[in-house]
Amino acid sequence: MHPILSTLIKRIGLGIVSLFFVSLIIFSSIQLLPGDFVEAQLGQARTEETVAAFRKELGLDKPFYIRYVNWVGAAVQGDLGSTFSGRNASYANQPQQSTARTVTSLLKPRLYNTFFLAAMTAIIAVPLSLLLGITAALYRNTFYDRAVNASALTTISMPEFFVAYILIILLASIYQFFPSLSNVTSSTPFLERVYLSVLPALTLTLVTVAHMMRMTRAAIINLLSSPYIEMAELKGLSRSKVIMKHALPNAWAPISNIIAFNLAYLIVGVVVVEVVFVYPGVGQLMVDSVIKRDIPVVQGCALVFALTYILLNLLADVISIITNPRLLYPK
Amino acid sequence: MSKNRDNSILLEMKNISIEGYSDEAWHPIIKGVDLQIHRGEVLGLIGESGAGKSTLGLAAMGFVRAGCRFTGGSVLFGDQDLTKMNENEKRELWGTKFSYVAQSAAAAFNPAHRLINQTIEASVSHGISKTETLEKEAIKLYEEMQLPNPTEIGDRYPHQVSGGQLQRTMTAMAMSSKPDLIIFDEPTTALDVTTQVNVLATIRNIVKEHNTAAIYITHDLAVVAQMADRIQVLRYGNTIEESETNKMLKTPREDYTKSLWAVRSIKKKENKNKEKILSIKNIDASYGSGPKVLQNVSIEVPKGGTVAIVGESGSGKSTTARVVTGLLPPDKGEIIFQGQKLTPNLSDRSKEDLRKIQMIYQSPDTSMNPRHTVRDIIGRPLEFYHNMKGKAYTNRVIDLLKMIELDETFIDRLPSELSGGQKQRICIARALAAEPDLIICDEVTSALDQIVQEGILKLLLRLQKELSITYIFITHDIATVKAISDEVVVMHNGLVVEQGMKSEIFSPPHPDYTKLLLSSVPEMDPNWLTKILSSKN
Amino acid sequence: MSKVDNQYSAKDEVASVFVKRTFLQRTFITLKKAPFTAWLGMTIIVFYLFVALFAPLIAPYGEAEIFKTPYAPWDEVHIFGTDRLGRDILSRLIYGARNTMGIAILTTLLAFLIGGGLGLLSAILRGWVDQFLARFVDVLMAIPSLIFALMLLSIFGSTALNLIIIIAVLDSTRVFRLSRAVGMNVAVMEYVEAAKLRGEKIGWIMGREILPNILPPLVAEFGLRFCYVFLMIASLSFLGVGIQPPTADWGSMVRETGELIQYAQYDITAALTPILPAAAIGILTIGVNFVVDWFLYLTSGLKDEQK
Repeated sequence: MHPILSTLIKRIGLGIVSLFFVSLIIFSSIQLLPGDFVEAQLGQARTEETVAAFRKELGLDKPFYIRYVNWVGAAVQGDLGSTFSGRNASYANQPQQSTARTVTSLLKPRLYNTFFLAAMTAIIAVPLSLLLGITAALYRNTFYDRAVNASALTTISMPEFFVAYILIILLASIYQFFPSLSNVTSSTPFLERVYLSVLPALTLTLVTVAHMMRMTRAAIINLLSSPYIEMAELKGLSRSKVIMKHALPNAWAPISNIIAFNLAYLIVGVVVVEVVFVYPGVGQLMVDSVIKRDIPVVQGCALVFALTYILLNLLADVISIITNPRLLYPK
Repeated sequence: MSKNRDNSILLEMKNISIEGYSDEAWHPIIKGVDLQIHRGEVLGLIGESGAGKSTLGLAAMGFVRAGCRFTGGSVLFGDQDLTKMNENEKRELWGTKFSYVAQSAAAAFNPAHRLINQTIEASVSHGISKTETLEKEAIKLYEEMQLPNPTEIGDRYPHQVSGGQLQRTMTAMAMSSKPDLIIFDEPTTALDVTTQVNVLATIRNIVKEHNTAAIYITHDLAVVAQMADRIQVLRYGNTIEESETNKMLKTPREDYTKSLWAVRSIKKKENKNKEKILSIKNIDASYGSGPKVLQNVSIEVPKGGTVAIVGESGSGKSTTARVVTGLLPPDKGEIIFQGQKLTPNLSDRSKEDLRKIQMIYQSPDTSMNPRHTVRDIIGRPLEFYHNMKGKAYTNRVIDLLKMIELDETFIDRLPSELSGGQKQRICIARALAAEPDLIICDEVTSALDQIVQEGILKLLLRLQKELSITYIFITHDIATVKAISDEVVVMHNGLVVEQGMKSEIFSPPHPDYTKLLLSSVPEMDPNWLTKILSSKN
Repeated sequence: MSKVDNQYSAKDEVASVFVKRTFLQRTFITLKKAPFTAWLGMTIIVFYLFVALFAPLIAPYGEAEIFKTPYAPWDEVHIFGTDRLGRDILSRLIYGARNTMGIAILTTLLAFLIGGGLGLLSAILRGWVDQFLARFVDVLMAIPSLIFALMLLSIFGSTALNLIIIIAVLDSTRVFRLSRAVGMNVAVMEYVEAAKLRGEKIGWIMGREILPNILPPLVAEFGLRFCYVFLMIASLSFLGVGIQPPTADWGSMVRETGELIQYAQYDITAALTPILPAAAIGILTIGVNFVVDWFLYLTSGLKDEQK
């Protein structure tokens, strides 16, 4: 079998195994709940029956592996369980029926919102970072490079909420170009959606570009010190030819890794930004649920984020594999 | 030699000075060197590492590496001074009139492009002629370089061909634009001796055929004797001596030049010793579940003498050392040391067993902890094996320093404050501190300059006489084997080809591999290469 | 030939370093040559440490002392005003240095203990220990840290102790990766093999052979990890799931005074009130980053010269 195929299969297999273990961790975290959790959640509505019913619904009476398999089976069908919130009242009234909403119904609209925001950011951030990173590496140690480096370093040292607040003060309070709250709904028309998302996207862009630009610069500098680059110079090739024909073809692997890494970072940054701008995405949902200790929702959100992260890393590795000449053309 | 052809001066370097930037200051690398090359002539540039040969070679093209600069002198090519030209003007000449062949072909080729494209790239980029024409000429060059499948090899990628083939491809790449001058920077240093012969032959032929001038940089005198019409000796950035090859070999003027021949003058008288201190019998070994690296290896080591294990890379000589020391337990076979069976695994051996067998490594830079002082390095075995402390400890360290021809001023130095030879001596002292019966020397002189090698070998021979230590000396260098051994073991691909007394091994009849090995080692005779080639045909 | 023998002497060989200086002398020389950014960073760090250590002596009022007017404007009594509950902002800023920095340092130390120790062990032992640990860490790192932390905090609750342990364990994965990588680079060196051949035990090899040689990258990583942990704790507190009130902490202070942002067009000082703790976080991180950058430049430069 061609080495590329076997390497790809191995890598994808590894991704699936990672997903399995991650889902296991996310699922089993519910086992770590302190014993009195059920009672605490039900609060004043707790009685022998309600506690028992809740326990049964949580499945805490069945063995571990059966619960896990049920959970996974349900998950792939899109059923991630139901929220904890709103149970107290419903249990008190009708212990047999729960009117708690399903996790999936909560997630669906927010999923779209979060990905919209991430896409909006990525479209600008990725090309901008590559441009800045590559030019900074080429004009190394010039004033331009030092200025770019200094600003990047400053930006990554700031917490995201700081960047967000500064932008709000400047662009939403003093000069009121944009709103400070992004209350997007499923019925918001496209252009208005973009307008409402400008500030959060801008915050994310600034932070992501800072990270990505630094990493790109380091990768290109590393590439430019390879011996075959010196050889190309000694053959009298012009600077641009050396970069285009010799450096770039070998840059796919490190750059795709950097992009994947930062897109994954973007997923995380989205959480804080959504909270600051009250943007109805998965991040904001997760934070709210953590505060309320609504475990099924937390699990669902965590699963979504982890899945995206694993897929992005998988994509980066796949690109590295298929651009590696040693694998493309084996001995 | 080129009698009927154009002999005019092609390139003249006058009083060239170059500085390099390190440790926050500029230091001189080349200090006012003159150099001349005539058309069609091969100039050999030799010297030890750090002499500045590579820097000078690149400077002949007008190129300085990052962190270096010209500080004086001129490089005249025709009526142009390369030191006064800007980058664009120089680029016109690079890859057209000047070509460079690097030491490591594997590193110099871009892994992402095919060989043929890289071979003709410079010519295409400078618009010398059409791509199809250049490709045809490249294939012809591949033929001249005796590459296998010349019509198809260009379609391969660098990682798909062997080291020797890659080196020849790089030479073809350098020839593609029909340059006036090629600079060969240690082109065969990284190759095995048996591969080297072919590469040397093809380089010499092609340079003669096309009347190309060349600067041939190397630290190996025997190699340069084959390749060069004139030789220039460099040391610490200065020219020591320069003359025609034959003249320099027969009548060298300077003491330094004479000393470069030194190693080849030591020849130990062989002793036959009946008693064996170590026998390894029928050893098979492999790394993990991989193929066997040693097959049915049996070696006998005489007490108080030296056994040289000689072979090229991949022969299994270092692996044999790892088996003896217990780092690699063998799959089959046994090790008998001083009449007792030795447990195959290092972790099962007693302190006494470990003490009696010591090892010295090839690279003194990596065999000593850069954070430990000389006192710690030599003293640890004293503390560990003999429980020495306090004054007795310090005195013994000083004794050992004297034994290796250094003194107590070295006791608090760090490895970074020592020269290569001094470091290797410290490693020897470290081995002696344990008071072993057997020392395994794994290529201990291979990373050192010629003069330093002589000192180390003399030291080892003297210590052997005084302390009755047995040596297993692993090397790939035939001259060293002749210098230091009583018995010789020749290995190839994990097998023992032959073993016996030194005199037996070096006189015919030889098994095929030994013949190949011995005949591939360049000798000081400028006609050696020609003789070898004609004997092969 | 005999002429050459007498002239050659091992003692006179020229080595690369000439002058021997003490550790203090070398440190002093290096400090003098440090760039402006490094000095700025060091000054910032020293200043913050000073504030954190002497907080009770410097702060005008108590950490949780409540005054009459919530959201009081900036004046001579309360230099930066008061927060939602009427607590003095300046005092809480000063105490916040102690709390936020303290928790971050403790967390980083714990992460290094776990990650560094396991990483080194992995590098030396190799074999199945290494494989198991490396794969385990890979799986842990497949979940983004913030998400994982949020999940674990929702289960265990947000106490300071839980915060320290959870973040330390999550961050130790990065330290593990680094110490394993640099440890392996050193573990294949011949002087480590020479120690093994001597019969040295694993404790000696780890502590005396490998550790002294991997200190530079580990020290740099400590600085970087501190920044990361520091920012994460601040973010978690800002989200409301980190350090809980009434403990003064910069992240939660931003959250508590966040409403004032919208008044920027009327009273800029009001809007700056939540910015102050956020800026305090950012400035320390910048300072540490500057120093770490310079340190990395120094140690990588050294490596090249030894070649």
